[in-house]
Amino acid sequence: MTKTRRAWVFPAIILFGGLLTPGCGSDYVVFHPAGPVAQSELNLIVLSAIVVGVVIVVIWVLWAYVLIRFRDTPHNTAPYWPHWQHHRVLEVMVFVFATVALVVVAIPTVHKTYVLDRIPSRHPLVIDVTSLDYKWLFEYPVQHIATVNYFYMPTHRPVLFQLTARSPLSAFWAPNLGGMEYAMPNRVLPLWLEASHSGVFRGRNANFTGIDFWRMTFMVHAVPKKTFSHWVSQVQAAKHPMTRATWRTLLKPTVTPPLRYSNYPSWTFPQRPTAFTVKGLEYVPTKNP
Amino acid sequence: MSTTTSTLPPEFQDNMESIRIMGFWIFLTTDLVLFGSLFAVYVVFRSLVGLGPTPHQLFVIGPVLTETLILLTSSFTCSLSLYSARINRVPGAIAWLIVTLGLGMSFVLLEIHEFASDVLNGHTWHQSAFLSAFFTLVGTHGGHVSVGVGWAIMLAIQIGLKGLTLTTRRKLYAFALYWHFLDIVWIFIFTVVYLSGIA
Amino acid sequence: MPIQRWTLHLLRLLFPPQVLLPDIVAIDIGLTVAVIVIGVYLTRTRRWGWLWHEWITTVDHKKIGIMYLIAALIMLFRGGVDALMIRSQLIAPNAHFMGAQQYDEVFTTHGTVMIFFMAMPMVFALFNATVPLMIGARDVAFPRLNAISFWLFAFGAILLNMSFSIGGSPSAGWMSYPPYSELLYNPGVGENYFLLSLQVAGIGTIATGINFLVTILRMRAPGMSLSKIPVFVWSALITSSLVLFAFPPLTVALGLTMLDRVFGASFFTIAHQGMPMMYVNLFWIFGHPEVYILVMPAFGVFSEVVPTFSRKPLFGYEAMVGSLLAISFLGYGTWVHHFFEMGAGPSVNVFFGLSTMLIAIPTGVKMFNWIFTMWGGRIRLTVPMLWQLAFIPTFVVGGATGIMLAAVPGDYQYHNSYFLIAHFHNVILGGTVFGMLSGMYYWWPKMFGWKLNQRQGTWAFALFVSGFWLTFMPQYFLGFEGMTRRMATYPAGLGWTTLNLWSTVGAFVMGAGFLVMVYNILWSRRYRDWDVTGDPWDGRTLEWSLPSPAPEYNFARIPMVQSRDEWWAMKQEGRTDEVKISATTVHPIHMPRNSAMPIMLAFAFFVGAIGLIFAWFWMAILGGLGVIAALAYGSFADYSEVEIDAKHVLQTEAQLGRVES
Repeated sequence: MTKTRRAWVFPAIILFGGLLTPGCGSDYVVFHPAGPVAQSELNLIVLSAIVVGVVIVVIWVLWAYVLIRFRDTPHNTAPYWPHWQHHRVLEVMVFVFATVALVVVAIPTVHKTYVLDRIPSRHPLVIDVTSLDYKWLFEYPVQHIATVNYFYMPTHRPVLFQLTARSPLSAFWAPNLGGMEYAMPNRVLPLWLEASHSGVFRGRNANFTGIDFWRMTFMVHAVPKKTFSHWVSQVQAAKHPMTRATWRTLLKPTVTPPLRYSNYPSWTFPQRPTAFTVKGLEYVPTKNP
Repeated sequence: MSTTTSTLPPEFQDNMESIRIMGFWIFLTTDLVLFGSLFAVYVVFRSLVGLGPTPHQLFVIGPVLTETLILLTSSFTCSLSLYSARINRVPGAIAWLIVTLGLGMSFVLLEIHEFASDVLNGHTWHQSAFLSAFFTLVGTHGGHVSVGVGWAIMLAIQIGLKGLTLTTRRKLYAFALYWHFLDIVWIFIFTVVYLSGIA
Repeated sequence: MPIQRWTLHLLRLLFPPQVLLPDIVAIDIGLTVAVIVIGVYLTRTRRWGWLWHEWITTVDHKKIGIMYLIAALIMLFRGGVDALMIRSQLIAPNAHFMGAQQYDEVFTTHGTVMIFFMAMPMVFALFNATVPLMIGARDVAFPRLNAISFWLFAFGAILLNMSFSIGGSPSAGWMSYPPYSELLYNPGVGENYFLLSLQVAGIGTIATGINFLVTILRMRAPGMSLSKIPVFVWSALITSSLVLFAFPPLTVALGLTMLDRVFGASFFTIAHQGMPMMYVNLFWIFGHPEVYILVMPAFGVFSEVVPTFSRKPLFGYEAMVGSLLAISFLGYGTWVHHFFEMGAGPSVNVFFGLSTMLIAIPTGVKMFNWIFTMWGGRIRLTVPMLWQLAFIPTFVVGGATGIMLAAVPGDYQYHNSYFLIAHFHNVILGGTVFGMLSGMYYWWPKMFGWKLNQRQGTWAFALFVSGFWLTFMPQYFLGFEGMTRRMATYPAGLGWTTLNLWSTVGAFVMGAGFLVMVYNILWSRRYRDWDVTGDPWDGRTLEWSLPSPAPEYNFARIPMVQSRDEWWAMKQEGRTDEVKISATTVHPIHMPRNSAMPIMLAFAFFVGAIGLIFAWFWMAILGGLGVIAALAYGSFADYSEVEIDAKHVLQTEAQLGRVES
């Protein structure tokens, strides 16, 4: 008897524990922004959730009221209006209610979409990101170093990611830092993110690219400026450059552990960025190491 | 069924036949959307020539102009066939229909010749996105014309066998709609693909 | 020796390793046994002739509707099993119930089957079963084309479903974005199956769109102006016109991918400057209107169900129709919201974000109008009404999260995450599926002549809806935890375990609900509760003025329509005798003749599609010739009609008690 009862305890904790604490744990990466981009997006998420929450509640309440009040039971005393099918004022009110709710969401949406498109620095750190089959390659065009499946970035400095792919369409997503952007073959798309405090964050490919796509993750190390320069010189000093042969190995569809290279051939990234929409840069970065 | 005072042609006086003509109009709108999508693809892909030829290098205006004239003439003969049917002349309707399908066939042959010479010069559609879009857009039109030719053959036989019944009149009218539609599409191909490509 | 090598090559092509997994072989054996059993049964009971004359060659819209419905329920089962396999795999971290390749195949077929081979035929089943009856017509405008549409759909469904036992399933997702769907990444025939099966079914869908558009515009009973047709018919009209403009871009997208794969073109490849983005655009120019193609018929069903079971006319008919039109119009201007993250720039994103939000206004108006319809009414809790009552609170959540997704910077965080998965299941299940099931229970007596048991129906409803909430609400939170769609499995320690477990439990509850529904249908068929009145729900529209099921010619006498809810008005004003005929008013009725041409044509398409799938061009040409032959046969055999003589009509109607004395 007691044994069977105890057998239920563990699953019960698992089942109810998760439902009672949504939004509290640090697992809710979207709710724990580590930078201004993610923070700004979270603010919009919260605002829109509140607005649509109001709409949901209004409709639920009306629904429940109607359902209780107007049931077809023998002794229901509620009025019965078999011909009521128009009410101009009511219809206009519904229209206005829906429109107002939308305007409240729409204005910050427009504002933020434009703001997030403008990088707040003329000299961001540039990282060229290439999605390869089941791994992410990060190249620092100024520092001339490259890493696979992890990278370091300084805090309090906007980072411009230039995304491309040598694989099917992939999406670069580090939810603690901000939303995603696609990495596509034959194109280079921009995304800027910034970390406002140091930490290690998880990122992943958010678009299906094949059987091992779910293992295509990377780690972001946001560190203070000094630590970052220290790390860069460390990698540069390792004297382990990426060669044509290593590049060919990287192109194979495999999952690899984190790797780092003290230098890399410049032709591994497209020469000229295309379809750039980020505003506020002093120069459009090109590949001249 | 039909009112004698009406000036409408017979295929419109019958309710069911006019419903079928309406259905064909709606089919043509879907075909229009199909061509619209292909045009959109072509316009975007026009500059994606890769290592292949540009439109300017590929196109030769002479044969295309001939194709255009042939197709425009066939539209005219198609109308003549319909006109003959309206004045109840079976031989005229069939004869003009045969002229129309003959012109259609020569159009298709010219186009095949154009494609074949491109391919023989090594410009297959594998070579670039532009060539893929070009062959597909123009080829889809050519495929439509070929279908139209097949249709015209069957229609000519049917009119020969059954004479000008309500049904064959309606079919001839629908065919004429289809043929004029292809003519209009070709005008767009001629300007959007060939003229602006050569310019 | 070459013959031996050729055979070996063929066997490898037809049976690659992924179709030799034990579970798939077991399913193959099961299906073979089932086919044999059915064949033996039909032979024993001598029903082949019956099957051929009554069903396979039929052009009767009511029978075609029933065939669509049965096919849709079978496909719901198939897609549901896929869903349960997906959820079983995700029940716990690092689960390997299936390999990643099989998982990819399963989610691909789940999406494809559910959208194209479950939801679409379910919608067409209800259109076919009811639209001509509601507008007072004897059939659709093009009955034979209607049969062609059905058989094209059926052979498309067979194509997709045979892929898992012959040649291998597609595995690039139901959107099958290139370049992943190109030969470089996706060799094998699976992707070809996807492209060709949708192409074949898509031709049928376009034909259905043309058919119902013309039917509704031209075949209405006298007096029934467009402002008097039931809102369900309006939804059918608008859905049909959406089909006409949405499906050709899909045809182009699929066709160009096929040209890339089978004929070596360079549209969406990485090499030769192909442009995958173009596919994405074309696909969603189709894909977004498709969402409304699926949900508008559900809106239409609810606009019939709510007035009937509230005993009140629909509140704000003009606003309801106007909002349907507004949604269909706006639906074409929103497709970029499926890929805000593809670098279109802020102005484009803002435009499409706002246009998406605008759709919420007409949708909100509809929500309130259904509630106001119930306000001041008398609500009867029948099974169709229960589905409607579950729809309102469910769909409003889906619509609300849709607005959140339309807020562009928010979408940067939701895109491709489980938040998105939860959202679209919330609207497609909570909208389309609830609506179609509501419609199925509502019109079942009219389609079959007997009613479905209410108690069992309520149980099926309760299980399905609670399972639905349990499955999809946790998925919103999984999205916030950073879980993305299509992951074959996931590591522990990310906090995803509990919510996934809940979601899986919910999915199985939903599955149980489906099984109860099947039991409900079989039980009700065994112990038939005949509907002798023809009007079991105290209905309002013309289909309830007919006996259940309607005779093959539907209306012995075409009604003169005077008001919007004509049958209700007849009952209120005591004009119900208007539907009866007498020996002096009866006329012979012309009905279209059955034809074998539709199935021949669809079979030719099927053969041609197989030829293209395996790149056996001789077979593709054979199929093409078959298509031409079938068309020629159909063209030369005149569009023939049969005449039902007046005596027969009188006799049939007399048996139904519908002859004036």
